[in-house]
Amino acid sequence: MPKLLKAIARLFWRDLTVAMRRSTDILTPLVFFVIVVSLFPLGLGPEPVVLRTIAPGVIWVAALLATMLSLNRLFANDYADGTLEQMALAPYPLALLVLTKIAAHWALTGLPLVLISPLLAVQMHLPETAIATLALSLLLGTPILSLLGAVGAALTLGLRGGGVLVSLLVLPLYTPILIFGAGSVAGVIAGIDTEAHFSLLGAFLALALTLLPWATAAALRVSLD
Amino acid sequence: MHKYASPKFFYSLAGQLIPWIAALTAVLLLAGLYLGLFVAPADYQQGESYRIMFIHVPAAWMSMFIYMLMAGAGAVALVWNIKLAEIFANSCAPIGASFTFLALATGSLWGKPMWGTWWAWDARLTSELILFFLYIGYMALQASIDDPRRAARAAAILALVGVVNIPVIHFSVEWWNTLHQPASVSKIGTPSIHPSMLAPLLLMAFAFTIYFVVVALLRMRNEILERERHTTWVADMLESTKP
Repeated sequence: MPKLLKAIARLFWRDLTVAMRRSTDILTPLVFFVIVVSLFPLGLGPEPVVLRTIAPGVIWVAALLATMLSLNRLFANDYADGTLEQMALAPYPLALLVLTKIAAHWALTGLPLVLISPLLAVQMHLPETAIATLALSLLLGTPILSLLGAVGAALTLGLRGGGVLVSLLVLPLYTPILIFGAGSVAGVIAGIDTEAHFSLLGAFLALALTLLPWATAAALRVSLD
Repeated sequence: MHKYASPKFFYSLAGQLIPWIAALTAVLLLAGLYLGLFVAPADYQQGESYRIMFIHVPAAWMSMFIYMLMAGAGAVALVWNIKLAEIFANSCAPIGASFTFLALATGSLWGKPMWGTWWAWDARLTSELILFFLYIGYMALQASIDDPRRAARAAAILALVGVVNIPVIHFSVEWWNTLHQPASVSKIGTPSIHPSMLAPLLLMAFAFTIYFVVVALLRMRNEILERERHTTWVADMLESTKP
C-alpha cells in the first residue's frame, strides 16, 4: 500500500513540476478567464445593476470555457512522449493514477480560477456577500469540471480536431454544474438560502469522484489501443 | 445465441423481417394519425393545435428511449465485445438525434400559438435541446475515429457517461425553470388525459417504436455490409445477386 501512495505522490509532484517549467501553460487559461469576463462590460455597457445581474452566469460560463481550453494539456503531452502507455502498464490501478493527474490539473487550472474570482467579482460589482459564495461555488464546482473534462480529453486523445471535438462532448455535460454554481451566487444576491445549491454541488462532486476516474481510465485504454 | 449474433446470419434475418415490420409501421402510423387528427375531439383550451402532441410527445419519448438503448447496447459491446451490439449502438444515434430534432421542432411550432413565442426556455424543451447536443457529440466522436471498433468503444463510454448524466441534467433543468404543463400520462392507471386522446397517443408511440426498429435494421444492414465488405460471404452474396 505505501508503494501505491508513493507512486501517487510522485506522479502528482511530477505533473506539478512539469507544468511549472512551462508556466505560460498555467497562465493562459487564467488570462483567458479574466479577458472573457472583462469583455462583457464592454459589450453591455458599464451599468452596475446590469453587470450585477449577469455576473454569476458570465463568470461561471467563463470558468467552464477556461477549464475546457486547458483540457488538452491533461493527457496530450504524456500521450505524445509515451509516458501514458507506461502508466497504463504500471502495476497500479490506472483509475487512481488518472485521478492523481486530474487532481494536479485542477491544482494548476481550477484553483487559480477560484483564487482570482474575487477580483472579477469586484470588477462586476457583485455585493460583498456574494464574493465568498462565488469563490466557494467555484471551489466545489471546478473539480467536477476537471473530472468530466478528463473523460472528454481521454476520448479525443490523438484525434484530428480534438480541441473543438472535446468542447462538443463536454459542454452539454457541464450544464448541471453551471446551473447550480451560477444559481448559488444569484441566490445570495436575491437573498435566497443557498444551502441546497451547495449540497447538490457537493453531491455531484462525490458522484464524479467515484465514477469518472474509472470512465476516464477506460477511455484511455481505448485511445491507447 | 452466437448464431443470432453473427453479422452474416443477422443480415439475412433482418432482410426477411424488414418488409413485414415496415408494413406494420405504415398501418400503425396511418391508424394513429387518423385517430389523432380526425377522431379525437378538439381540446377545450387549446383547440385544434394540441394535435401536434400526437407527434411531439412520442418523438420526445423516443429521443430518450433511444439514448438509453444506445447506452445499453454500448455497455453490452464493451463488456462482452459483441460486434452486433456495437453496430446497433451506432445505428441508434442518427435516429435518436432525428427524433430529438422532431420533438424540438414540433415543440417550437406548438409554442408559437400557445405561448406566443417560438422558443421558451422551458424545462423540458431545454433538456431536450441538451439531449440533442449529447447526440451530436456522440456522432461527432464516432465520425472522427477511423477504426470502427475503436470508434464504437469510445462512443460507448461517452454514451454511458451521458446516460448517468441525463437524469441529473433533466432534474437540474427542471429545478432551474419550469413553466411547462405537468406530465399528464405518467400516472399509469388513472391518467389525466381522456381515453379518446390517449389511444391515438399510445398508438403513435407504438408506431414510432416500430418505425425505429425498421430504420435501425436498415442502418445495421448497411453497416454490416460496410464492415464485412472484405469477407467471402459478402462477395458470394454480391456475386449471386448479379444479373
